Amino acid sequence: MLTKNISISFGVSIRYADKAMANKSDIVNRLKQDLLRWQGVTLSESHAKQIGLGPVEAAFPGAVFPSFGVHEFISRSREESATTSGFMGGLLSRLMSGEGVCLWISTSRLLFPPSIRAFGVVPDRVIFVDVARERDVLWATEEALKCSGLIAVVAELQEMDFVQSRRLQLAVEKSRVTGLILRCNPRTVGSTACAARWHIRSLPSVMADELPGVGFPRWEVELLKVRNGNPGQWQLEWSEGRFVPILPARQTDRKTIPMRKIG
Amino acid sequence: MEKRFASIWFPYLLTDRHTVRQPGLRNVPFVLATPVHGRMVITEANAAAEAQGIARGMVLADAKACVPDLEVADDRPGLADRLLKVLGLWCIRYTPVVAVDPLGGLILDISGCTHLWGGERPYLKDIVNKLQKRGFHVRMAIAGAIGAAWAVARFGKQTPFVENGREADALRSLPPAALRLEPEVISRLHKLGLRTVGSFMGMPSSALRRRFGEGLPVRLRWALGREEEPLVPLRPVPPYEERLPCLEPIRTAAGIEIAIGKLLGSLCKRLAGEGRGLRIATLKGHRVDGKSVQVGITTSRATASVPHLMKLFELQVPHIEPALGIELFVLEASKVEDADAVQEALWGGVPGLEDAALSELIDRLKGRKGIRAVYRYLPDEHHWPERSFKEAASIAEKPSTYWKIDQPRPTRLLASPEPIEVSAPIPDYPPMLFRHRGEAHPIKKADGPERIEREWWMDSGEHRDYYYVEDDKGRRYWLYRSGHYGDDSRKQWFLHGFFA
Repeated sequence: MLTKNISISFGVSIRYADKAMANKSDIVNRLKQDLLRWQGVTLSESHAKQIGLGPVEAAFPGAVFPSFGVHEFISRSREESATTSGFMGGLLSRLMSGEGVCLWISTSRLLFPPSIRAFGVVPDRVIFVDVARERDVLWATEEALKCSGLIAVVAELQEMDFVQSRRLQLAVEKSRVTGLILRCNPRTVGSTACAARWHIRSLPSVMADELPGVGFPRWEVELLKVRNGNPGQWQLEWSEGRFVPILPARQTDRKTIPMRKIG
Repeated sequence: MEKRFASIWFPYLLTDRHTVRQPGLRNVPFVLATPVHGRMVITEANAAAEAQGIARGMVLADAKACVPDLEVADDRPGLADRLLKVLGLWCIRYTPVVAVDPLGGLILDISGCTHLWGGERPYLKDIVNKLQKRGFHVRMAIAGAIGAAWAVARFGKQTPFVENGREADALRSLPPAALRLEPEVISRLHKLGLRTVGSFMGMPSSALRRRFGEGLPVRLRWALGREEEPLVPLRPVPPYEERLPCLEPIRTAAGIEIAIGKLLGSLCKRLAGEGRGLRIATLKGHRVDGKSVQVGITTSRATASVPHLMKLFELQVPHIEPALGIELFVLEASKVEDADAVQEALWGGVPGLEDAALSELIDRLKGRKGIRAVYRYLPDEHHWPERSFKEAASIAEKPSTYWKIDQPRPTRLLASPEPIEVSAPIPDYPPMLFRHRGEAHPIKKADGPERIEREWWMDSGEHRDYYYVEDDKGRRYWLYRSGHYGDDSRKQWFLHGFFA
């Protein structure tokens, strides 16, 4: 736990209510927060921003998406990295909120810039960095994560070991930039110092009222690892510019729709 | 500071050069000639030839009739200009601003230089002696105006020094040719009996302009120092330059970084004081072995921040090869723009495209070797997917149109579409199944077709009918059929992208 103790140094600002704790749940909440604080995790007020992930956010420490951390996304195929890019787009639109700038660093850029507009990110506020080798991706990512003029940095990497992820995490803690690392087809997935490890898979979409065609993008979001949180698995849909949680009961009563001619 | 100019005149420039190479010509009548309209015409004669009545412009045959033992050499065009340029570069040891006078001389801006030689007289003596030692006949004068110095160097009979404000006295007794006038104007002045500058100096300039054209009043004003004459220096002085001579040659990276830090400190202090920032800077290191190395940096926004520029130079330090050591560092800001310091303070903390920290990051990324490109995209008015966006020219360029979201677009687009095998039962229906890289994808849901026509004025080929399809595992693809549904339908289908 040495790593956590040297990590965040901005002030702890959990407000305790003046009045005595009214009921049990308050006491439990307070104890939970104390535990987190003793573990080295600090939650500031500015930090406590809901980013609209719904039930997924409850898995993180303090039920808050750690926006000042490095998130690792694992993808096993080209389809999965496309899915992950879409999910990242949704996250970025929440983090950037139309104002900020983010960086997209990769060795072979496959992202189709106009597409992320559908996930609420203005593509001209994304700066693309094309890099020759993986080693330079790490260098550029670390430099970018140190820069306070950015909201988020997306890096497409294949391999990342613990030391490298630790360097990125330390850079993030100073500058408060969100780091999203998209690891396509990693050979080894070892332990890293990242705040969370995600795995996004696409699910069959569902059209309302048995209409033909392809519906809103639907994903199975899996948190493989969360630092100080609880891993889990959820189903989300991206519709009307936000993440909509899918309850397991709702998707069973759907039938597959026979294909018809469209257009 | 008071402006002072020196004019150097080489009356026998080319013949002197030949005499230096062939000392036997020193006391022999010697001319240079060039063919004009089929006859040889003398372009320059040395002192011995002039003493025997030979002048430039004479036909060579006539001159030979007068002086039978006349030595002749061919005049090569352009030689005089080259020679003057070499002499001008040599003169940079006396002043940084040296210009070539096309009429066979040099003009030096010597403001603030003469005290290093102990005054104007030793300065002039030094130049004249050194040039005479090299075998040139030289006349030189110093005045507060280029025109006055020129006139006194060629026609002055008394002192070669003209004080500022006394140009009129110096010029009064000189002939009109001292004003660098055209031959027609000079002959017209002579015809009117105006044989000295003094005789028409006091006339109103409107009268002079009416009689002799625009040239005369302008030349007069230049010569009298009432108007500054433009000067084109041989080697333009970079406006923002810092030099750091080293007592001991610098060989280590740490030493080079210290030198850069010192240079940047003084340069940025000056820039910041003037409210400007640099865009392009070059560092030159003059080495002990006589060679020089140089590295350059560019910034995406005018800046005068030492830590930022230092970081950019730190990336370049490994490319500097000091060899036996660098003894002189020169930092030049070749492109400088206005930078508002107030604005910089306002930008701090607002994370946007104009953010100072962001532009510093981009400069650093661009300076690194392994980074291929850093760019933004703007929407473009094209339906063709590959052309629906364009690179932004600058980091702050605003989009001229909006991003379209009316049609589904894949998050990943393949750089070149990959051919697939499909089974599409009915024309214009989406396929039921497609095979890609050996894997079969039964299609469960589909949208389309979305026909995108090729822009025939840009390239030729078939149109594309795009389908947005989802397979049994929920993976979403962007497929298209190239052209109309035809016999060879197998080779028409392509996979172009992956949806989220």
